[in-house]
Amino acid sequence: MIGGLFIYNHKGEVLISRVYRDDIGRNAVDAFRVNVIHARQQVRSPVTNIARTSFFHVKRSNIWLAAVTKQNVNAAMVFEFLYKMCDVMTAYFGKISEENIKNNFVLIYELLDEILDFGYPQNSETGALKTFITQQGIKSQHHTKEEQSQITSQVTGQIGWRREGIKYRRNELFLDVLESVNLLMSPQGQVLSAHVSGRVVMKSYLSGMPECKFGMNDKIVIDKQGKGGTTDDSGKSELGGSGKQSIAIDDCTFHQCVRLSKFDSERSISFIPPDGEYELMRYRTTKDIILPFRVIPLVREVGRTKLEVKVVIKSNFKPSLLAQKIEVRIPTPLNTSGVQVICMKGKAKYKASENAIVWKIKRMAGMKESQISAEIELLPTNDKKKWARPPISMNFEVPFAPSGLKVRYLKVFEPKLNYSDHDVIKWVRYIGRSGIYETRC
Amino acid sequence: MTDSKYFTTTKKGEIFELKAELNSDKKEKKKEAVKKVIASMTVGKDVSALFPDVVNCMQTDNLELKKLVYLYLMNYAKSQPDMAIMAVNTFVKDCEDLNPLIRALAVRTMGCIRVDKITEYLCEPLRKCLKDEDPYVRKTAAVCVAKLHDINAQLVEDQGFLDTLKDLISDSNPMVVANAVAALSEIAESHPNSNLLDLNPQTINKLLTALNECTEWGQIFILDCLASYLPRDDRESQSICERVTPRLSHANSAVVLSAVKVLMKFMEMLPKDLDYYGTLLKKLAPPLVTLLSAEPELQYVALRNINLIVQKRPEILKHEMKVFFVKYNDPIYVKLEKLDIMIRLASQANIAQVLAELKEYATEVDVDFVRKAVRAIGRCAIKVEQSAERCVSTLLDLIQTKVNYVVQEAIVVIKDIFRKYPNKYESVIATLCENLDSLDEPEARAAMIWIVGEYAERIDNADELLESFLEGFHDESTQVQLQLLTAIVKLFLKKPTETQELVQQVLSLATQDSDNPDLRDRGYIYWRLLSTDPVAAKEVVLAEKPLISEETDLIEPTLLEELICHIGTLASVYHKPPSAFVEGSRGVQHKRLPPRAGSGESTESPDVGQSGPSEAPPAVIPSQGDLLGDLLNLDLAPPTATVPSVQPSMQMGAMDLLGGGLDSLLGGDIGGSPSMGAGLGAAPAAMPASLGGAPAVGGGLGDLFDLGGGVGMPTGSYVAPKTVWLLAMKAKGLEISGTFARRGGIIQMDLSLTNKAMSVMTDFAIQFNRNSFGLAPAGPLQVLTPLSPNQTIDVSLPLSTSGPVMKMEPLNNLQVAVKNNIDVFYFSCQYPLSLLFVEDGKMDRQVFLATWKDIPNDNEAQFQIKDIHLNSDVASNKLQGSNIFTIAKRTVEGQDMLYQSVKLTNGIWVLAEMRIQTGNPNYTWMCWRRPHVRECVSQNDSPVIS
Repeated sequence: MIGGLFIYNHKGEVLISRVYRDDIGRNAVDAFRVNVIHARQQVRSPVTNIARTSFFHVKRSNIWLAAVTKQNVNAAMVFEFLYKMCDVMTAYFGKISEENIKNNFVLIYELLDEILDFGYPQNSETGALKTFITQQGIKSQHHTKEEQSQITSQVTGQIGWRREGIKYRRNELFLDVLESVNLLMSPQGQVLSAHVSGRVVMKSYLSGMPECKFGMNDKIVIDKQGKGGTTDDSGKSELGGSGKQSIAIDDCTFHQCVRLSKFDSERSISFIPPDGEYELMRYRTTKDIILPFRVIPLVREVGRTKLEVKVVIKSNFKPSLLAQKIEVRIPTPLNTSGVQVICMKGKAKYKASENAIVWKIKRMAGMKESQISAEIELLPTNDKKKWARPPISMNFEVPFAPSGLKVRYLKVFEPKLNYSDHDVIKWVRYIGRSGIYETRC
Repeated sequence: MTDSKYFTTTKKGEIFELKAELNSDKKEKKKEAVKKVIASMTVGKDVSALFPDVVNCMQTDNLELKKLVYLYLMNYAKSQPDMAIMAVNTFVKDCEDLNPLIRALAVRTMGCIRVDKITEYLCEPLRKCLKDEDPYVRKTAAVCVAKLHDINAQLVEDQGFLDTLKDLISDSNPMVVANAVAALSEIAESHPNSNLLDLNPQTINKLLTALNECTEWGQIFILDCLASYLPRDDRESQSICERVTPRLSHANSAVVLSAVKVLMKFMEMLPKDLDYYGTLLKKLAPPLVTLLSAEPELQYVALRNINLIVQKRPEILKHEMKVFFVKYNDPIYVKLEKLDIMIRLASQANIAQVLAELKEYATEVDVDFVRKAVRAIGRCAIKVEQSAERCVSTLLDLIQTKVNYVVQEAIVVIKDIFRKYPNKYESVIATLCENLDSLDEPEARAAMIWIVGEYAERIDNADELLESFLEGFHDESTQVQLQLLTAIVKLFLKKPTETQELVQQVLSLATQDSDNPDLRDRGYIYWRLLSTDPVAAKEVVLAEKPLISEETDLIEPTLLEELICHIGTLASVYHKPPSAFVEGSRGVQHKRLPPRAGSGESTESPDVGQSGPSEAPPAVIPSQGDLLGDLLNLDLAPPTATVPSVQPSMQMGAMDLLGGGLDSLLGGDIGGSPSMGAGLGAAPAAMPASLGGAPAVGGGLGDLFDLGGGVGMPTGSYVAPKTVWLLAMKAKGLEISGTFARRGGIIQMDLSLTNKAMSVMTDFAIQFNRNSFGLAPAGPLQVLTPLSPNQTIDVSLPLSTSGPVMKMEPLNNLQVAVKNNIDVFYFSCQYPLSLLFVEDGKMDRQVFLATWKDIPNDNEAQFQIKDIHLNSDVASNKLQGSNIFTIAKRTVEGQDMLYQSVKLTNGIWVLAEMRIQTGNPNYTWMCWRRPHVRECVSQNDSPVIS
């Protein structure tokens, strides 16, 4: 298991060091600094073995977090734990920075003592931790006996992510369907690979221990209902019948609150949510993706010292919708000496430091087209190697889900308290963002 | 909060100040001081001098302060054991506290203080805490047992904590269960032979229940533990799989990977024709792909594991090539891994896409990545024959770029392509020769020299080219020197007239002016060959080389199997067994996949070669093979190129008991006949479980027939050729090969002991583990003279069947320990069941008739053997030699029916009916008494009869 955990600043100075196992010595702290942080080259692997000691590291801004072990540990678990630790720290004191870590080192030690025992990760849900690890430190002694046992049963219980007795005057929940659409397109406009990775993020402000059920236009569910419920109201079968109403989900993963065995057997998503914001599910689709933008590149080399670039972008969604924060990044060769750009819409600039022309458009409606042309002057070089022509990449945000996912319902039941499903105020929002959206040129 | 100030105090006399502050009356000041102490400790300053002062702060009702003091104690108690005792009282008192959080804190901290005197005091509180009413305390106490075990294993055993820990597996709280499992697994690892984690269907059921309820981490502990369980049969295996699959949708990648591990392992036991097997395969792909959208570090772990999974079961991800395409912004470690997997998945169907991608990658910035991409193009050419031409032209394009490292890499892979497709692409040699001067890496130089030597007759100025390399002979690396030597010798053999001077020059350079023994030796060998027998020299040096195959970069099957058992862990990231990077006893234990389920469809299995039982010695790469390779100047070739496809019947046996392997053995001396298709007839449902277990035997027994073939005389029991049971490298130089024989009613184990070490071996002794038929040595191992280095001695060890009996998996498995003056070595081997057929196995006709009728239908197994051209008399004679007796014979409608009996040493009878039609015998075997024996016997022995 994890033998020790160290946090370093960018210079390699130790900010936190907690050793869990006897086989990890102080020299491990230095070994990582010397061999990884101070190593000149780029990091070639997130797992490093130095003198039969393995170091796992992740970086958050300029802070290094490293877990150390001498055993054959579950590597995936170690990384998951490191990410989790970052989450917990962020939940407690915000951004992970040298300043914040130094300011909260006592708290961090307390957390590390709690969430990692002898190198075995323990309950690390912030919801639970915050009930008994507090920044004040003194609070915990004033718990009554009932409160204490409530804490421990929550930390060890089946619903470790939620405490009992939560009360809201207004029961409210927010659902965000956040998708990132990824594309790799050939210069000829052929889709080499495209997929959407989506997340359903829920903010719940619900009283008690509400039992929730989430439904979306999952093809498997809709098809099943279509078959079984012919006598049902006609509205539903119509929903299933009209083409793009249901989507094929390649795979999805759920927050630990979701009952996986139930999903596996009935494909229904039921859970008792944590309080506040959390990620309910992640999913991935590859079929029938709506690609919000098409990029058409045209690069022509005029002699050895000039390049002509023309890029057309086309928006491909309902004209009533507006895309935002559009940015097209056209890479330029390293030996570029000057660039002239002409664009109809938005602003375009050559950024020498980034070796790219960056073209920004604030808003663009659907079914529109826009174009940029640029002349790039090159310095003559002796470099035999041809310019690699990195792909043209794009950023944008659209107010729909490119996968076609729709939330059908989110039902809330709390049998013990006096509120019912339709007393809950529910909000749903769809945001589609570009992931890695690239067109080769 | 401005705790950061504690990090900045670096004045002189700091310790004194701190001391004063620690002893202050004011609580706040005390706390501040302890914080300063911890901050100093963190940055590596020695504050152990403050030990008594800090410990004095321990008795406080301020929990935060208490935790800080505990933290200090954990760090320094070991260096100040006497002072640490001062803390004991507080600990013991805290373990009785009303607040469960404090009880847990105390027991958790105490376990971390590695001071003997403290651990003594720990026992009583720990015992109480293990039975505490609060689950939080119990789950902490469970881990504490593991801590204590790490400090003092004996103490834990003496105090009976292990039993209490085992009881916690049945705890009502899932977290307690999970931690108990984690602790037990860890303790069990350091006692490889203890039956500590006594996993049985009941405990497994408890674990599976807890799996649904505990935290993500707990799920990982439980899944990792489940993976070490060996289900009894395919049904149990399936039901566990069914309950584990929902975990594939967990958001935590580690849960997913651990679930994949369990499934990959237990799948091994499922028959491939089962519907569920196919379903499971389909279910595995999406979660594996999803792992690639995790954070880069996890992607890396996932990719390293997928690399193994793709080698073990290529069918899972064969349609998912696109997700492994490299993204421009992927970290380099992700890119390199993706590239590796792309090549593994490359097939005729997707090769065009793959090549287009690879070409794209070859223009990227990162040198390592570009090199690997170029290399990948070459590997594609070797893997997918149809693409070879396109690959070669792509490589030529890349050579035209003149980017130095691209050119060198391309030349190295083109050399491999020449090896794989001789006489096809040699037209490109001219282009390659143009780049001779730019090659500065040994591997590329060596590859180029090899090409020049190999195709010397087609290159006009080959002698000039090679001569130009010779000038700086001593500055070259060994690889280049060896290659140059061979190339010039080849050149000489091809164009003897013009190059005599050159060859003499290189031979003298290699033999007289070099300190490298390899080079000298090879030089002398060539020299002598050339001077004594030029014809022989030609035959040796210009011999036809075996083609290289695509499999050269695969992980060796036994290692792969072991790594599959370690999915998700560091071993799977490093692609090394844990013993390679873990110190001490932990991880030394080798994990293995469960025995493979067998069924009729063996021939469809894509990985028959790999799926052989790991029990059998792994594909033996004999040392002389390498030597031969050297002589044939194959040093450039990947190491396995000299080894013909894995192994003959030995490994085939597992899946192919009745199929191809056997046919070839039997068909060999009898002559061809229309093939009939082998298959298992009425295999009862319970059968597959133990089927997989009987490898070598099948093939070996098949030989029975060959031996007596044609003559038709009972020649005594068949004796399989000796196989290597214990490799010298695993046994400090002792190599053991052997076989079993039945001679005159006595079972004998024939052993060859070879000493491959440098020192003399003496004091040999042998012992068997309990086994299915109670085999045991009937006398001591007769090795009277000491075994000197490089000496081989043959020994026959008579065996009795009166030893202790224990059912083995597979049934005919035998675990053996051999001791000598150096150490004790363990190996296991499998004996043919015909060894156990006793001479008085001829059943009375009447008895036979009566019994035959009484055999229940479901005790019957039927199968066919093909390609045997023997009439019934010859067959029955031959079988009698192996103590399979024909009781009666009748002829019905042109079919000869033989009724036979066999008796095993333990008194079990096997009855059989054998039908022989003209040309193709058809057998029905039946048996009664114990079902599992039936399965094994029927599987193994049908070949004997054929």
